[in-house]
Amino acid sequence: MRPISARILEIVPETPTVRTLRFDHSLDPVPGQYLMVWVRGVDEVPMSISYRDGITVQLVGEATREIFDLEVGESLGLRGPLGNGFTLSGEKILLIGGGVGAAPLALLGEAAAEEGVEVSTLLGFRCCDEILFRERFERIGELVMTTDDGSQGICGRASAGLPALHLQEFDQIYLCGPEPMMADIIGRCPGMETKIQASIDRYFKCGMGICGSCCLDPSGIRVCIEGPVFRADQLVGTEFGRYKRGASGIKIERR
Amino acid sequence: MESPVMLAAGILGTTGASLRRAARAGAGAVVTKSLGVEVREGHRGPTVVQVEGGLLNAMGLPNPSYRNFQEEIDIGRGGGSPVVASIFGADAEEFVEVATGLDADGFELNLSCPHAERFGAEIGCEACNVEAITRAVKRRVDVPVWVKLTPNVADVVALGLAAQRGGADGVVAINTLKAMAIDVESGRPILGNRFGGLSGPAIKPVAVRCVYDLASALDIPVIGVGGIATWQDAVEMMMAGARGVQVGTALGSGDGYGIFRSIAEGLSGYLERKGMALEELVGLARRFP
Repeated sequence: MRPISARILEIVPETPTVRTLRFDHSLDPVPGQYLMVWVRGVDEVPMSISYRDGITVQLVGEATREIFDLEVGESLGLRGPLGNGFTLSGEKILLIGGGVGAAPLALLGEAAAEEGVEVSTLLGFRCCDEILFRERFERIGELVMTTDDGSQGICGRASAGLPALHLQEFDQIYLCGPEPMMADIIGRCPGMETKIQASIDRYFKCGMGICGSCCLDPSGIRVCIEGPVFRADQLVGTEFGRYKRGASGIKIERR
Repeated sequence: MESPVMLAAGILGTTGASLRRAARAGAGAVVTKSLGVEVREGHRGPTVVQVEGGLLNAMGLPNPSYRNFQEEIDIGRGGGSPVVASIFGADAEEFVEVATGLDADGFELNLSCPHAERFGAEIGCEACNVEAITRAVKRRVDVPVWVKLTPNVADVVALGLAAQRGGADGVVAINTLKAMAIDVESGRPILGNRFGGLSGPAIKPVAVRCVYDLASALDIPVIGVGGIATWQDAVEMMMAGARGVQVGTALGSGDGYGIFRSIAEGLSGYLERKGMALEELVGLARRFP
């Protein structure tokens, strides 16, 4: 499909570096799916879906800078929803998000709560100004928050909130956030890998499984169409948490 | 080669892991993403857009440079099929630098990419360049050298003959057709590079014709590529004269990597049903003048 042209109906500033765009199109996503967003004249970048008709964007580079300059009534080109999305499973689930990774989890949590699933959430942010979707998560269940600087909730990274939760009680745990955070959480949940689903991030060019820029070592799994959501046991022993590749295909090691 | 069905250049060839996966899925050989002298990030997005009958792409030759790729070739070889390095350069000297800098089971000279300035079809549309570059690389390597040809010329056979004169062990036809798509809401060309190359089912008849003409004129083998998605497509391409086929765009739909086995099995089933050997199929259509 060619990109559809979606008009912006509403822009919601969420934090100083994050804003939500609501479109005149329902995207009908599975929570965890993503869009390739064409900022005309600039670039096409993957974005996770945060509402049935919206995306939540963090200011990180040139394309997102351009998105921040858009006004209501202007439009973006959208391809998608793409990828597999999360699989909802069990009666009692835990969502763990870091930063703007909270966006797809909010959509998942709401869909789960609607089906009568008991939802708990652990979210980590840099500071109190960067807290995202607090009300959306509080509405659907228990919310534990951490901030790196201690300005709200528990002081520390998201993992600092784990002791406040009884991990064994959950049928399924859903992760979305910075890769070191997700790798850290998975490492702290030994034996639970098959109950954890993580939405991961790689350099996407085509979004249709042919260019190969997002393939994971050593399996060659294509994150753009076989992911972006994987069970943690599919990630153990892979490049996940160690390195990724940039636009040229060169490895970028994580520190 | 155990199977005449190969992975085409530019598709899932950026990492050793994906090359190995294609080989394990039954690809008879795997061709890497094109490698050049310098690190390139490629064109801005959109780099791919779906259009009627196929895909339009302008990736812009992103690659980590041949200097950072040997490890990937070695990993790719773990799949048990030959790894062919697709290489590009601005002139014979650059082609030679890349070819002599890599240990691969073969080289495919990209003289046909339609959307990168100074490279690919910009030099590969002239028969004299094709001949000179092929000869320069052949002099310096002792593995098979194939030349991938552009269909965006009046006479593809002239390019094939030039490759043959330069000493090529085979030609690969065709690269994508120069094409363009425009966003009707904004009037902007959709691809970041404005124009790109069309691949997929829409170009198969063009590829079949090029392969037919090349196989009629050349003594060296022709490898057919362009819109192959089923065993029937492979049979048709071989009837036109192809000794082997490459699959690209079709990897993005249906059962993905499973396509190598499904084409190879369909092909064997067909040969069995007809009581034919693969060699008898090659160029069959040329019996009907």
